[in-house]
Amino acid sequence: MTAREAGLVACRRCARVWPMGTERCGRCGSHLVSRDTASLGRVWALWFAGVICYIPANTNPMLITQTLLSSSSSTIVGGAVELLNHGAVGVAIIILIASVLIPVGKFLAIAYLAISVRRGSNVSARRRHHLYEVVEFIGRWSMIDVFVVAILSSLVQLSVVASIHPGSAALTFALSVIFTMLSAQAFDTRLFWDTKDQRNDTT
Amino acid sequence: MPVGPPNLCRMNGAMSVASADDTTPGRADTLGGVPLDALMACPQCDALYEARMPKEGERAVCARCHTVLIAPKRKAGLKIIALTLAVIILVFSALFFPFLTIDAGGFGNKASILDSASSFQSGPMVFLSVAVAGMIIIIPLVRTLLILYVLVPVVLDRTPYAHARRAFRLTQELKPWAMAEIFAIGCAVALVKVADLAHIGFGPAFWMFAVLVIIVLVNDNYLCTWSVWKSLELDQQEA
Repeated sequence: MTAREAGLVACRRCARVWPMGTERCGRCGSHLVSRDTASLGRVWALWFAGVICYIPANTNPMLITQTLLSSSSSTIVGGAVELLNHGAVGVAIIILIASVLIPVGKFLAIAYLAISVRRGSNVSARRRHHLYEVVEFIGRWSMIDVFVVAILSSLVQLSVVASIHPGSAALTFALSVIFTMLSAQAFDTRLFWDTKDQRNDTT
Repeated sequence: MPVGPPNLCRMNGAMSVASADDTTPGRADTLGGVPLDALMACPQCDALYEARMPKEGERAVCARCHTVLIAPKRKAGLKIIALTLAVIILVFSALFFPFLTIDAGGFGNKASILDSASSFQSGPMVFLSVAVAGMIIIIPLVRTLLILYVLVPVVLDRTPYAHARRAFRLTQELKPWAMAEIFAIGCAVALVKVADLAHIGFGPAFWMFAVLVIIVLVNDNYLCTWSVWKSLELDQQEA
């Protein structure tokens, strides 16, 4: 039985329940909604913002390296390929997972989850909820590439010998990660668990 | 042996005690009998339960979606306060000591954490500096201070300070944005990236930061949010 079926509205912040129709949680002060059906609109808006930022994040340079003889700029994927050529397979894989696999996987997962809430799905609520938890947990780790750029460009400032500067992709990539994190947070996970007829008599 | 930190969870002992596996959903007819503040709903899937303190070392887990609902730890309040004080000292010292050092071909450089955070300087990139500084220093520090602010009166059995509930809500909202541990792994990646370009050394701040990250993670593990909300609610009723 759910709080909703019992005629109660639950606080998502502190788990306290209140009679249906209560506006604000008396314990923690959060705004109370039994099912936030408007959340899907926010999820999609932030999702699009994230996807749009992800495009320049891949086409523009992430790092600009200047050495005595040359100046080169590398994109996210280009930098990982360079590492592969140097034999640093492990780090290249970390970068590729954190900057390509996780963001793209997150876009697909959030889109799938949002569609499944609207249309219903054959996949059980538990599995979809599990997918959501994975998305929430690993989403933050995409920021690792931005931090690497920050560390490198503050540390490698060796006059003429070598210096590293951040490229504009660092900014768009960070924005993309932030937007997708907000998109995932906007989700009302309780929507997974309602069956189709329950959903129809909601709102 | 008391269940959970005696001060942090004192109301729950009086309420009822049960183990994790029989958090059975409350039935409709019990709603009339059971006061609403003895119930809880899973924040993730809305399943309704009669809130009971799990036995020591056990956790109350939502039977439907497996979200951890209540996870009290012994003397959690005191441990969190001690760790929090350590975090504050470490953050301030880690900020100003050199973090990483580099030398290649006779040229050398040192960078502190603040240097790293402020390395994006041209035009719109300043936003990124602010965001990075926030995620690796400011937000973890603010969360720590707010947790201290909320927990000290609770552990000492006093009335919470003003706005304690708002402060605690903020710590929960900021949690995903505190990324100190991700920055730490970022350091490792950065080291490997420039390993063939130059020699890298660790400054004292690096080790402080490493300890800091571990403490922050352990601290979050001790914090049972439901127990804290419960004790804040109790104090509100007394006031």
